[in-house]
Amino acid sequence: MNIGWYFKMAWRESRRSRGRLILFASSIILGIAALVAINSFDANLRENIESQSKELLGADLRVFSSKPLLPEQEAIIKSLGESIEAEQSTEVSFASMILFPKTGDTRLVAIRALEGDFPYYGKMSTNPSSAATEFRKKQATVIDKTLMIQFGVEVGDIVKIGALEFEVSGSLLGVPGQTGFGSAVAPAVFIPKRYLEQTGLVQKGSRIENLAYYKVEDSEKLAALIEEVKPQLKKNNLRFTTVQKRKEDVADAFSFANKFLNLVAFLALLLGCIGVASSIHVYIKSKVKTVAVLRCIGMTGWQSFSVFLIQILAMGIIGSILGAILGSSIQMLLPTVFSSFLPVDVVMKISWSSILLGIITGIIVSILFALWPLLSIRNISPLNTLRESDGAKNSFDFLRMGVLVLIGIFIAGFAYFQIRDFKSVLLFCGFLIFSLGILIGISALIIWAVKKFFPSRFPYVLRQGLSNLYRPNNQTLILVTCIGLGTALISTLFFTQDLLISQVEFAGTGNQPNMILFDIQKDQAEELEEMAAGFELPIIQKVPLITMRLNELNGKSIEELSEDPDNDVSRGMLNREARVTFRGEMVESESLTEGEFTGNFEGFEDVPVSIAERYQNLMDLKLGDRLVFDVHGTLISTIVTSIRKVDWTKLQTNFFIIFPLGVLEEAPFTNVLVTRVPNNEVSAKFQQSVVTKFPNVSAVDLSLILKTVEDLLNKVSFVIRFMALFSIITGLLILVGSVIISRYQRVKESVLLRTIGGTRKQILTIYFVEYFILGSLASLSGILLALLACWLLAMYSFKMVFIPGILPIFMIYIVITGLTVLIGMLNSAGILSKSPLEVLRME
Amino acid sequence: MNSILSVKNLSKHFSNNKLSLTVLDNINFDIMPGESVSIVGASGSGKTTLLGLCAGLDQPSSGEIVLNGTKLNNLNEDERAILRNKDVGFVFQNFQLIPTLTALENVMVPLELQGAKNVRKIASDLLARVGLKDRAKHYPSELSGGEQQRVALARAFCNSPKILFADEPTGNLDDSTGALVENLLFEINRELGTTLILVTHDLELAKKTQRVIRLKGGKILSDEINEGIANDPTLYASTDQV
Ligand SMILES: Nc1ncnc2c1ncn2[C@@H]1O[C@H](COP(=O)(O)OP(=O)(O)OP(=O)(O)O)[C@@H](O)[C@H]1O
Ligand SMILES: [Mg+2]
Repeated sequence: MNIGWYFKMAWRESRRSRGRLILFASSIILGIAALVAINSFDANLRENIESQSKELLGADLRVFSSKPLLPEQEAIIKSLGESIEAEQSTEVSFASMILFPKTGDTRLVAIRALEGDFPYYGKMSTNPSSAATEFRKKQATVIDKTLMIQFGVEVGDIVKIGALEFEVSGSLLGVPGQTGFGSAVAPAVFIPKRYLEQTGLVQKGSRIENLAYYKVEDSEKLAALIEEVKPQLKKNNLRFTTVQKRKEDVADAFSFANKFLNLVAFLALLLGCIGVASSIHVYIKSKVKTVAVLRCIGMTGWQSFSVFLIQILAMGIIGSILGAILGSSIQMLLPTVFSSFLPVDVVMKISWSSILLGIITGIIVSILFALWPLLSIRNISPLNTLRESDGAKNSFDFLRMGVLVLIGIFIAGFAYFQIRDFKSVLLFCGFLIFSLGILIGISALIIWAVKKFFPSRFPYVLRQGLSNLYRPNNQTLILVTCIGLGTALISTLFFTQDLLISQVEFAGTGNQPNMILFDIQKDQAEELEEMAAGFELPIIQKVPLITMRLNELNGKSIEELSEDPDNDVSRGMLNREARVTFRGEMVESESLTEGEFTGNFEGFEDVPVSIAERYQNLMDLKLGDRLVFDVHGTLISTIVTSIRKVDWTKLQTNFFIIFPLGVLEEAPFTNVLVTRVPNNEVSAKFQQSVVTKFPNVSAVDLSLILKTVEDLLNKVSFVIRFMALFSIITGLLILVGSVIISRYQRVKESVLLRTIGGTRKQILTIYFVEYFILGSLASLSGILLALLACWLLAMYSFKMVFIPGILPIFMIYIVITGLTVLIGMLNSAGILSKSPLEVLRME
Repeated sequence: MNSILSVKNLSKHFSNNKLSLTVLDNINFDIMPGESVSIVGASGSGKTTLLGLCAGLDQPSSGEIVLNGTKLNNLNEDERAILRNKDVGFVFQNFQLIPTLTALENVMVPLELQGAKNVRKIASDLLARVGLKDRAKHYPSELSGGEQQRVALARAFCNSPKILFADEPTGNLDDSTGALVENLLFEINRELGTTLILVTHDLELAKKTQRVIRLKGGKILSDEINEGIANDPTLYASTDQV
């Protein structure tokens, strides 16, 4: 027999059952759409980061230092690249207050004093566009556009920065090397560097970043230059970034978002898989009779299997292609959704590799998940023609076991491909199997319990509905597993989203401090306190702050450590500038976990210090470890004598490292003052007089930051919700599918009931009882599984306490159960609207 | 001449949990090519079970069946299927058409399975032969019971089987429709020289076959030649009415 005949037969046979096949295809379509959309977006983002990598930095090389430059450092920066005629720009950047004389408003901004033609790649985009060059020529500035809007600043207005006034040339829309993210708290304000000195803002101890940018046209020369200056820069404590490094950093920053998106894609696909398996399961069930006849006429098991495999394969291919098309269109929406987070302008192109991957995945999924139910065709006995029975003989089938193993491998493999973390994959798969087990167990329990405690005195319709749960051909197992698993996946998304969002919410009310003043010089502290008293503001905290750098850890230098393969602590962490305070006792938000807190000490050798648990973990430290710090040129050796637990969510100045009194008093530290302002008006007036009197002092109004963070969160949660929507729609589709499936099993029965004289109301009530119990138990089990999953996630992954909201739980329960019942009843109503005869003939 | 169907010491038991039920108990008979045989007996006497076993739809508990020279016991399900496709035709009490295929397609399936040529032509001719030429494109749900059974007849004869099994082919039809189907069955059977095994509880129908095997409680009660019938030309007289 030729192959063509199978196709012909498959085509003919499908004519009357395409509706059911479409159900199957729709699961594939949505699953693959999510996958293709997310993978395409990912590919496009990567490609754009790659192609715009120079714009990410704005130059070929950036050298920087977060301390005031020493003369020899300045000399190096200047001479760098001279030999190859590299272009050069320099920048000094720091946080400061800006004053808008027109309204008297003040605001913390990031001042970027620039000299040279930076950016060399990409452009500083301003409105008007000439402003990007104009401001460099005179005593002028360009200001972040949100700031312009917020304070009603117009081009030509005057603003005051430190002691100097600047004319506003235009608003800043964007500049290479800066993402929307960073500018939210301290928006950028560019000024020409030659006026920096006169502003009087650069003082000892303030946190200043010095940067230099280089442009080297020839990439070989650049590589040579970097090789050449590397040791020199290192020796002089100058750090540098190349385009390559910057690219990697940006990619890293996006890897978290990526992981989340990949997880969403994976969940959507997984839901699709469940949809495939359940719809094919029912499809095959409805084909038992046909297969029996075919076998009677002389078709072998494999032949009949092939006919249906062809149908499913065809639908799988069509579904995958449609899914890929849908996904590629949705992908075009994603840049809009993510626009505020993207470091580059993402130009969306069709990603053929993602489409190909999507289609292949779709086909594999269709075959793999259809095979389990499909293989049972081989076991349908021709005897079914003579005597009606449940369908396939249920003997042990090695092939079907093989398929189960393949499915397991596929899920694990795919999970690894999307998440790329072996441990997470293991946990994930383990939990999936556990959930399946639980759900199967629950269905068995339902069947057992209904049989065992059957309420034989209940009214007939109730009894009939209940007995539907355990009679032959019942749908308890398939509905509970599908709806349960779907609910679990959806609720997990919901709950983690809440979890992530609640994590960042501040307790910004009550008597919490809401204003922080920093960069206060030693001699300004007293006067500033008096000024606060004049405004009747309480000094909630006054904390000295001093920056230092780790020099040695347990006798090993930082260079040695960062080259040591046994050392797990990142170079960035080791090199990080530590912000340290000194005080005689612990504060409210701290508690001792190990050792003893030392409040007073004399001398600079073996100073007892206290570290926070978080720092302990990050740096892999223990009691008794010896740390040598470089405090503005002076080395101080310390011993870790206590470890504190710190409540970081309290709005206070908290520190990783605390020195005792008596050591750092003579070092160049600045003060931080924490206070509480009663309202915006007082806040504005106070900030204004502080800025006028002490231009170098910066004030942060937390309510403003709170608002910024809130905006950001709204954007994040919008993205999360948007992505979760995919999974939810797929899940709902499966729900619809699972319930529609049951229709085919109940047709005959309801028609018989009607023929015998059952009223529509009675029959609908029977279904209501059945679907309500199934929907309730399935959604509740799903929710419980999700709660468990989130609790575990919170404990071990996010390290926080998970307190689920009652409302979302209730909502999910109502929605899922309601939908199950509704779809179930609608379905049955569809049958009831036809005449019994019509339906009987359809059989 | 060799028998086309030979049944030796055939028994069939069903066990359901603890209960064991003997449905067929040591059955023996031989059927010659071209013979028409009816199996009669009360409801539950094991007729359908016997038919299923003879056609290789099920495996016996003990004993052996040789169908057209092939011992069924040694074949697996698929090999038996191929044998059925080649040599066996079926007519069922409840028609058993494939609901998703049209009448014509239903008739075509067995031949197509063989990879035969001219399938459509042969099938259309057979459909015409049973008087359903203009219903070829209709689905089973759009046909009456009698029409469905005629399609089933056409399908059964489509592969020119050596042996035809029919289980109560008229059981679901009214008398006149039943008679129509009966006559078609015998007529085509005679034209093609097919061996016919007919299960029925209708003694009138049984009388029209050359031989009658009576079953009772799973045992053969009698196995007799219908003397007067074998050569009686009047038996098929009514076929012209179709
Ligand atoms: N799968 C089975 N399991 C248990 N018992 C069975 C099974 N199949 C048939 N039987 C029993 O075997 C006996 C014979 O059944 P069979 O269908 O062969 O009878 P029959 O002669 O065809 O009856 P009818 O004329 O009513 O069709 C019956 O008592 C039936 O209950
Ligand atoms: Mg019978």
